[in-house]
Amino acid sequence: MKREQLRITKSGDRELVMTRDFAAPRQLVYDAHTKPDLVRQWLGGLPGWTMPVCDMDVRVGGKYRWVWRNETEGAEMGMGGVYREVKAPERLVTTERFDEAWYPGESLNTLVLVEQGGRTTLTQTMRYESAAAREAVIKSGMKEGVTVSYDRLEDLLTATTTTR
Amino acid sequence: MQATQRLDAVFAALADPTRRAIIARLASGQASVMQLAEPFAMSQPAISKHLKVLERAGLISRGREAQRRPRRLEAKRLEEADEWLERYRQLWEGNYQRLDALLDNLKERKSR
Repeated sequence: MKREQLRITKSGDRELVMTRDFAAPRQLVYDAHTKPDLVRQWLGGLPGWTMPVCDMDVRVGGKYRWVWRNETEGAEMGMGGVYREVKAPERLVTTERFDEAWYPGESLNTLVLVEQGGRTTLTQTMRYESAAAREAVIKSGMKEGVTVSYDRLEDLLTATTTTR
Repeated sequence: MQATQRLDAVFAALADPTRRAIIARLASGQASVMQLAEPFAMSQPAISKHLKVLERAGLISRGREAQRRPRRLEAKRLEEADEWLERYRQLWEGNYQRLDALLDNLKERKSR
């Protein structure tokens, strides 16, 4: 199967933007972002990790809560936030905050889905509270990064890339 | 300097808009302090302060040409900082490849 290209760019001084195409109508892509039984099947589903908590109250003001767990390592990583805008099947605005936050404040994430000829272009914008917060997010991903949760994420990352 | 401390210095240096503008200017070639101060409504000493921060982070260095001592960009440091975006991309690449597979299943189920 041909893989679509994922692009990640910095925008302004406090945003990161991801763009990716999917060979599916946007209603399906939207469902995969809003129905817990579907979210579980792809989001953060890295080897050795389960997603015991996937609570999502998809309506304006509703909350969501995601927790991933690695039994062998006894590690857990949780995050959550609030739905600010819900417009099926094209737009979702949420706040995002990690339990073990390694950057100040939360991010405001905007998901936009555009369909053309049965294909969907996904654009996800993450807006951090300040330029310093975005730099902290970026810094935390480095190999020399010190935060435990991100070290874990990084191990997972390596695991995914080597098993593929 | 330890790798971690060095990165701290790099990211602290890049967290300031004036310093990012200076980096952007140096990306197109070396420049003297006076040339660097031009586009900013700032005194030369104020610019020099920013330059010192960038220099300490290893992001720029000084040429040897007598009085002028032009500053130039040390591109390798910036590349280290950008490495993260590549790791982040790989993480989401994994997520989205699983999403591809899921969407294929859903499409099939629908067409049955």
